[in-house]
Amino acid sequence: MSTVAVTDAVKKYGAVAALDGVTMTFREGEFFGLLGPSGSGKTTLLRAIAGFVSLDRGQVLIDGKDVSGVPVHARDIGMMFQNYALFPHMSVAENVAFGLEVRGRPREEVADRVKAALAMVRLGGLEQRRPKQLSGGQQQRVALARALVTRPKVLLLDEPLGALDKHLRQEMQVELRRIQRQVGITTIFVTHDQEEALTLSDRIAIFDSGRIIQEGAPMAVYERPVTKFAAGFLGEANFLQGSVAAREPNGLARIALQIGGDASCRLSDGQVGQTVLLALRPEKITLGEGGHAGVNALRGKVLDVVFSGNSTTYRISVGDQVMILFRQNLAQGTVAPGSDVLVSWSPEHLVQVTP
Amino acid sequence: MKIGPALLTVHLWLVLVFLYVPILVMAVLGFNASPLYALPFQFDLVWYKALAGNAKLIDAGINSIGIAIVNTAIATALGTMAALAFARYKFRGQTILQLLLFPPVAIPWLVIGTSMLVFFFWIDIKRGLFAILLGHVALSLPYVIVVVGARLATFPRAVEEAAATLGATPWQTFRRVTAPLLAPGVIGGALFAFAVSFDQFVISYFLAPPGITTLPVEIYGAIRKGFTPEINAISTIIIVVSMGALLLTARFYRFGGER
Repeated sequence: MSTVAVTDAVKKYGAVAALDGVTMTFREGEFFGLLGPSGSGKTTLLRAIAGFVSLDRGQVLIDGKDVSGVPVHARDIGMMFQNYALFPHMSVAENVAFGLEVRGRPREEVADRVKAALAMVRLGGLEQRRPKQLSGGQQQRVALARALVTRPKVLLLDEPLGALDKHLRQEMQVELRRIQRQVGITTIFVTHDQEEALTLSDRIAIFDSGRIIQEGAPMAVYERPVTKFAAGFLGEANFLQGSVAAREPNGLARIALQIGGDASCRLSDGQVGQTVLLALRPEKITLGEGGHAGVNALRGKVLDVVFSGNSTTYRISVGDQVMILFRQNLAQGTVAPGSDVLVSWSPEHLVQVTP
Repeated sequence: MKIGPALLTVHLWLVLVFLYVPILVMAVLGFNASPLYALPFQFDLVWYKALAGNAKLIDAGINSIGIAIVNTAIATALGTMAALAFARYKFRGQTILQLLLFPPVAIPWLVIGTSMLVFFFWIDIKRGLFAILLGHVALSLPYVIVVVGARLATFPRAVEEAAATLGATPWQTFRRVTAPLLAPGVIGGALFAFAVSFDQFVISYFLAPPGITTLPVEIYGAIRKGFTPEINAISTIIIVVSMGALLLTARFYRFGGER
């Protein structure tokens, strides 16, 4: 088990900064998800840790040691690639044995460890197959066994589940997490799939334009996004703009919303008169057919209704804005489009974000 | 039968007939006793026996095979390295260099042969086996680069990166991953280099001094003097050997696509 740290990492491609001063620490044994749109720098960071990208400035530290001058093959890492990158001319067993053979391990040890690694990913019996003869999920397992058999200090995953269909993907997520816990290896993975990041990670970091926007435990980042980008990238959010009307003695602030009506919530920052931006998750909003508008309760009209099995998505026009709302299908039936409704929420679900 | 498929079938047979019937006739007549290709056919190995005693033709054959083998080794090694450089590195003048690969394939050999003769004379390389070899290497190099380059174009780079993350040094990666995956392309290129050299008439003819010949040059000379079915015999041997080599390689490697 190892720690990995990156200090002030900068990498420019021409005028574009793929990494623009990234500092972060990956703790021993944790599963860390790097999340962001394509071109946000997450893959560049992963490849810098692997040694494929040399930084213009800053350091990569593995167990406190600067590895900037260490070539990829001497960094003692395990990596899984997007399309697995299995060796097509080798059998499953040869693929897994490769890392041990290039290290010159004795034949019996190689055989034993290959067997153990394939058992761990539940692929015993397929040793002699070629990668082409395996399903996507099986190839994935071979890639994982191959990356872990050398007992590397850190496991790097580059969109590892991107090529799988939804069901297989969920199955592999569970499997990946089980094996990662079992081995206890520090794992850093890159994904653009926010749900996957939330499911798998102990901690996540959201990247945009080569910078870290926010990092923390998945739930903390989801519930308390700090920027509009973070709120919008990780899940969906409604954004309400308003100005601070009053500070109340209970610690809440009264906010006059731009779309009409009042909201009240806790603000991290805001004097009376100041403009603030609030994020509100669609599943935190309650939909009611009766009732009066008031603080944290606005009247609106249902624009359209999308039924998707376990939940229903409503688009509701409130003032001159469209709000999105998820409702679990606890009862049968949905509210018809065109209905006048009341949308309301509790103060703790409004989160102040920077634009 | 519909008219479309029928036409396609006719087309196929016409191609096969015009390509293989002449070869077949030639091969059969090599086993015919008559020196004037007279029928009826009478089986005899007399021309193969004559061939065994024809020192000039055998010498020319040895020259041709020797040149072709050395040429294949040199052109394949240089061509593979060049193809790797084109595929893996960005350098100044790359596009122009890549464009320059194609004219030698398109320019008539007669023109290239004349130019080489003049140039070699000018820089004082004497006509002979060495000059012929130089000409052949220059001529077959583009073929190797193009064939190996085609293989490299579909080469999965990530497997080399994977090898590096697994602890393989660049040399180990090349030997155990890159080379085996590139092998079908390299062998395809080598076959081309061999064929270009072994078949080469014009340049060999221009660069060969009196007394030294290659097989195509010798066959040409023999035909001009009036020929016997001995030529059929030697041609048949060439065809059997080259077809055999081709089929053998095709059995071990599927060209073009993934293995």
